[in-house]
Amino acid sequence: MMMRVNLVLLAVLIACSLSLVTSRHQARKLFVDLEREQAQTRAYDVEYGQLQIEQSTWAMPARVEKIAREQLRMQLPTPDRVEILDGGAR
Amino acid sequence: MRGAGSTPFLLPPLRAPLVFGGLLVLLVVLIVRSLYLQRFDHDFLQEQGSSRYSRAIEVPAHRGRIVDRDGEPLAISTPVKAIWAWPDKVEATPGELKSLADALEMPAAGLSQKLAGGGDFVYLKRPVPPEVADRIAALHIAGVHDETEYWRYYPAGEVVSQVLGFTGDHDVGQEGIELAQQSWLGGNPGTRRVIINRRGEVVEDVASIRAPQEGRDLALALDSRLQYLAYRELKAAVEANKAKAGALVILDVKTGEILALANCPAYNPNSRTRAARERMRNRALTDTFEPGSTLKPFTIAAALESGRVTPSSIIDTSPGTLTIGGATIHDAHREGALTVEQVIQKSSNVGAAKIALSLPASAMWQMLSDAGFGAPPRTGFPGEAGGRLRPAKSWKPIEQATIAYGHGISVNLVQLARAYTVFATDGELKPVSLLKLDGSVAGRPAISPETAREVRRMLEMVVAPGGTAPKAQVAGYRVAGKTGTAHKLEGRAYADKYVSSFVGFAPASNPRLIVALMIDEPSAGQYYGGSVAAPVFSTVMGTALRMLGVPTDAPVSNVVLPPNGADIGEET
Repeated sequence: MMMRVNLVLLAVLIACSLSLVTSRHQARKLFVDLEREQAQTRAYDVEYGQLQIEQSTWAMPARVEKIAREQLRMQLPTPDRVEILDGGAR
Repeated sequence: MRGAGSTPFLLPPLRAPLVFGGLLVLLVVLIVRSLYLQRFDHDFLQEQGSSRYSRAIEVPAHRGRIVDRDGEPLAISTPVKAIWAWPDKVEATPGELKSLADALEMPAAGLSQKLAGGGDFVYLKRPVPPEVADRIAALHIAGVHDETEYWRYYPAGEVVSQVLGFTGDHDVGQEGIELAQQSWLGGNPGTRRVIINRRGEVVEDVASIRAPQEGRDLALALDSRLQYLAYRELKAAVEANKAKAGALVILDVKTGEILALANCPAYNPNSRTRAARERMRNRALTDTFEPGSTLKPFTIAAALESGRVTPSSIIDTSPGTLTIGGATIHDAHREGALTVEQVIQKSSNVGAAKIALSLPASAMWQMLSDAGFGAPPRTGFPGEAGGRLRPAKSWKPIEQATIAYGHGISVNLVQLARAYTVFATDGELKPVSLLKLDGSVAGRPAISPETAREVRRMLEMVVAPGGTAPKAQVAGYRVAGKTGTAHKLEGRAYADKYVSSFVGFAPASNPRLIVALMIDEPSAGQYYGGSVAAPVFSTVMGTALRMLGVPTDAPVSNVVLPPNGADIGEET
């Protein structure tokens, strides 16, 4: 009787130990994935910053004005051609 | 068997105790050794053990961005690489050096020169884009290394340079807003302890030793579009007038926010070769000047408040000079009898001095102090000047007379612009802010609403034909303002060098913007505020109001310029 209980407990113990090993392994694998994703996030952050710099460099008012005036031949409207509508504008 | 046979089994008498003793000694040695390792070497061994599987790694944190009021980036940090070397330890073939020089985009001769200098440490190039650093690392040259650092970029370049300031090594603020807001913008890298596997990958987080603190973004009150407009027009004016320097401020009347703050000459903050200190100063906040006639409205306001004069009281300014205690005050043009409002319109020094002398010094001092003069404007900008306003008790009559038209007192441009909020609102002095605010801000009452309205009307007369600044008119908007032309002090005497200025606001029916500008030492012939500064004011104010979509309060045909040559000048 006692012997049988012990055998069952031994089996349970072995099963528990094996599942601990696998879940530990799983956890580490997932953690490595998480780390990789976080590194990716940081890389994207950096890229976002660089793209912002690039965008604002291209959109510099001085550059926009030069292109508008020289290439597109645009000009500021004279005051008598500007109508300001007073409809809750700021 | 017994006698002879037992003899081989007889051990030498001392062997057993000796072996026993020897083993005992060894046992004691082992116990002592293990005690020693446990007690005294424990920390060292523990460290050695954990260093095989655990690491403390740095968690980077970057500096916050600075953005304008609409979220346009003005300063961004991005990681770059710095390439450095130990000249003594560099071992490279000429071919390797050649490819290193190519990757660094520098002449091979320049590179060898840097390496020939000897010493411990030399930066070969910074900043270097990460891709280039990877290419250099692939060359595997002994003694050449790279490190990651953050580099600050300023997309707007020189346009906002003096306001933002710049950062130094390790992305720490050195000047301007970068310095003033260091604790808000700055990030603190953290560290955490992790377990790594044999391939060096992190497999488990053990503990966070220090949590990283990311830098926070900062929104300024500046409007990039207005800032660019202000800088462009100011630069053009400084060049056209061959002036030494200039500054321009645009204030929002309702909130006291600084919408634009431009200085000329400027510098490119993206360049590492540092510009002259001269170009880096934010003159509008750190430099003071004698304001000249732009201060007269405050004299008149003090007089109106005291009840001693009304706008139509007559002041006799003939013969255009006034002598007090050996010093003589001059008017540029003889005007004869003027009303108080004409004193402002024609900018008569004698008139202003006479009005001032009829007031107690303390009343004038109080007015100027209530308008924010003599104390820093408290924008939080490093090194802002407070200007000089001496206590009324020490004023001599001649000082009281000269202060009436803005000499013997010094102010900075932001202070001057802010003081005009008193007239642009109904008598309230608004606090100024470089940072973006939500909604309007309560001011501190300085003068009564009636006085504010009367002075506002007089300031409108200044830009009308017959005033000193018809060139400040703006099509479609009613404008109020005041010119200033001040002699510069050199040592203790006034020189034939001038500061031309203009401060004004519009639309006069419901003021939205204050524009103040000063041009230092115009030397292309013109130096009156009405001809040097007023046209700049007109362009900046008109464009800014239209950009912001402020409703017009006058027909667009409102600009009436006097015939050529009939410009009315003004002195001091």
